Amino acid sequence: MARKKEEGKVMAEKLELQDIEVWDGNMAFAQAMRQAQIDVVAAYPITPSTPTVHGYAKFLADGYIDGEFVLVESEHAAMSGCVGAAAAGGRVATATSSQGFALMIEVLYQASGMRLPIVLGLVNRALASPLNVNGDHSDMYLGRDAGWIMVDAFNAQEAYDLMLMGFKIGEDLSVRLPVMVNQDGFITSHTAQNVKPLSDDVAYNFIGEYKEVNPMLDFCKPVTYGAQTEEDWHFEFKARQQKALMDSSKVISSVFEEFKNLTNREYKAVESYLMDDAKVAIVALGSTVESAIQAAKDLRKNKGIKAGVVATRVIRPFPFEEVAEALQNVEAIATLDRSAPGGTLGMLFNEVSAALYQSKNRPVINNYIYGLGGRDMTQADIKEIYADIVKNAEAGKLVTPLQQFSGLRGPKLSFFNQEQIDE
Amino acid sequence: MLEIRWHSRAGQGAVTGAKGLGDVVANTGKEVQAFAFYGSAKRGAAMTAYNRIDDEPIINHEKFMKPDYVLVIDPALAFSADITANEKENTKYIITTHHTKEELLELIPKLKGKSVHVVDCMKISMDTIGRAIPNTPMLGALMKVSEMFEIEYFKNAMLKVLSKFPQKIIDANMTAITRAYNKVK
Repeated sequence: MARKKEEGKVMAEKLELQDIEVWDGNMAFAQAMRQAQIDVVAAYPITPSTPTVHGYAKFLADGYIDGEFVLVESEHAAMSGCVGAAAAGGRVATATSSQGFALMIEVLYQASGMRLPIVLGLVNRALASPLNVNGDHSDMYLGRDAGWIMVDAFNAQEAYDLMLMGFKIGEDLSVRLPVMVNQDGFITSHTAQNVKPLSDDVAYNFIGEYKEVNPMLDFCKPVTYGAQTEEDWHFEFKARQQKALMDSSKVISSVFEEFKNLTNREYKAVESYLMDDAKVAIVALGSTVESAIQAAKDLRKNKGIKAGVVATRVIRPFPFEEVAEALQNVEAIATLDRSAPGGTLGMLFNEVSAALYQSKNRPVINNYIYGLGGRDMTQADIKEIYADIVKNAEAGKLVTPLQQFSGLRGPKLSFFNQEQIDE
Repeated sequence: MLEIRWHSRAGQGAVTGAKGLGDVVANTGKEVQAFAFYGSAKRGAAMTAYNRIDDEPIINHEKFMKPDYVLVIDPALAFSADITANEKENTKYIITTHHTKEELLELIPKLKGKSVHVVDCMKISMDTIGRAIPNTPMLGALMKVSEMFEIEYFKNAMLKVLSKFPQKIIDANMTAITRAYNKVK
């Protein structure tokens, strides 16, 4: 299968792009998917990722795409279609959000277990109930144990770049794992900003030809995907899968490096901003990372607060050592989670704390739940959080609640009171 | 940083207008942001769209904005929407209406003493494009009030933005932009 076309069939046309395009995050996804020359996209559109699927379908209808596009009857079927096509031996991708992603969950584990390098554009949105179409990270967090590589874009340019890199990372023969590329619903997906795309040829050559591994369509060499293993082999299999996921960090770094050489745009597993002399730091994901940089710049200029920002570009495999290293020299940290924590602390709090617990310096760390269902994360909210952790830094211990809700109306809400732990 | 808020009804082209303005501005080497709040809103529902324009990459993603310009492209929204929300001392208003400025200020007293400009984008779009899509005429009016770009430069840039449409539609939009540019008071 792959790119070998029948004689006489008209090949897809190339699209002339400007040096600077004004694209929203969905268009960035759709364009990168077009340039990747995907063999099969199976999709079921859902807000706010609909324009990714719609945009891709329009490119196909307009003659810019050769691959197959299958509109299926649900997201479960969409990911199932992707699994089938990837096992058959092709480059495969899809996009979804929220409830659609939740419906895919069963098949996400199948995809990673079968070591199929499917790329999923996940445009982050809240999970019902109550029903909400706006952006938070509930769906991203729901997928974090599914065995996929997970990367996160903080703006439309990064959504484009990471979608291109996603194919190259997942399809690397030493990785062969599915890749989830996240971007914020609406805030990134529906906000048009300046994006510098690559030309069609440069983008495709960067990703390279799809390399088949045990394609089911090779009838000379029959193979089985998703066989049954019980206690005899399941554990060994899952251990190998964990090893592959952990080892993928090397490939992720080298793809980031290669991309930097091509575009001068630099990506790291853990991104640090204004951290050289920072005393207080926010750790966040998504568009909030950039908003926090803006707030940190203002606080440095106007209040003399040495504020910085750290973000996990790569969420899985979790960059444990790099997180600890990035935060070694600060005195206080706020971890910002945009997902209802379901009776515990936020994921970033737990994982960043774990990384720091093993390290020499242990800054004071607390947790903020914010922005659920698209609630605006304002500059004022972020500055309030910095003001909070400046207090923690000055006291050298936690003087604020451990877990707070930022931007919530009504009485202040906090959980996991530190005094109870001290007693 | 220049910030613009559009008041529109879903389907009137505020998002397209905001993105079109973004395209034009990006071609001049500036950084832009164009976004909207609509959630699940359907055609006809009141909505807002936004632009940020700056020389530096725009990294602030908050929805909250104190606009430099408020563009109202549906006549009724000047009455029913909170168009003065989060205004600054020098916020400029460009409002689509068939009223004169004096009549409008009498009807909406809270606008008295503010920098208010009126133009009938609805009539202009009906007369030129033949449909109630008042977004491009509003951009013409904005060019006059803000002096952001020379009108001929702006129209040339808009030709590129509109290039996917048939020539007839492009011509009608160009007429609409010029007419609103000349008529805004």
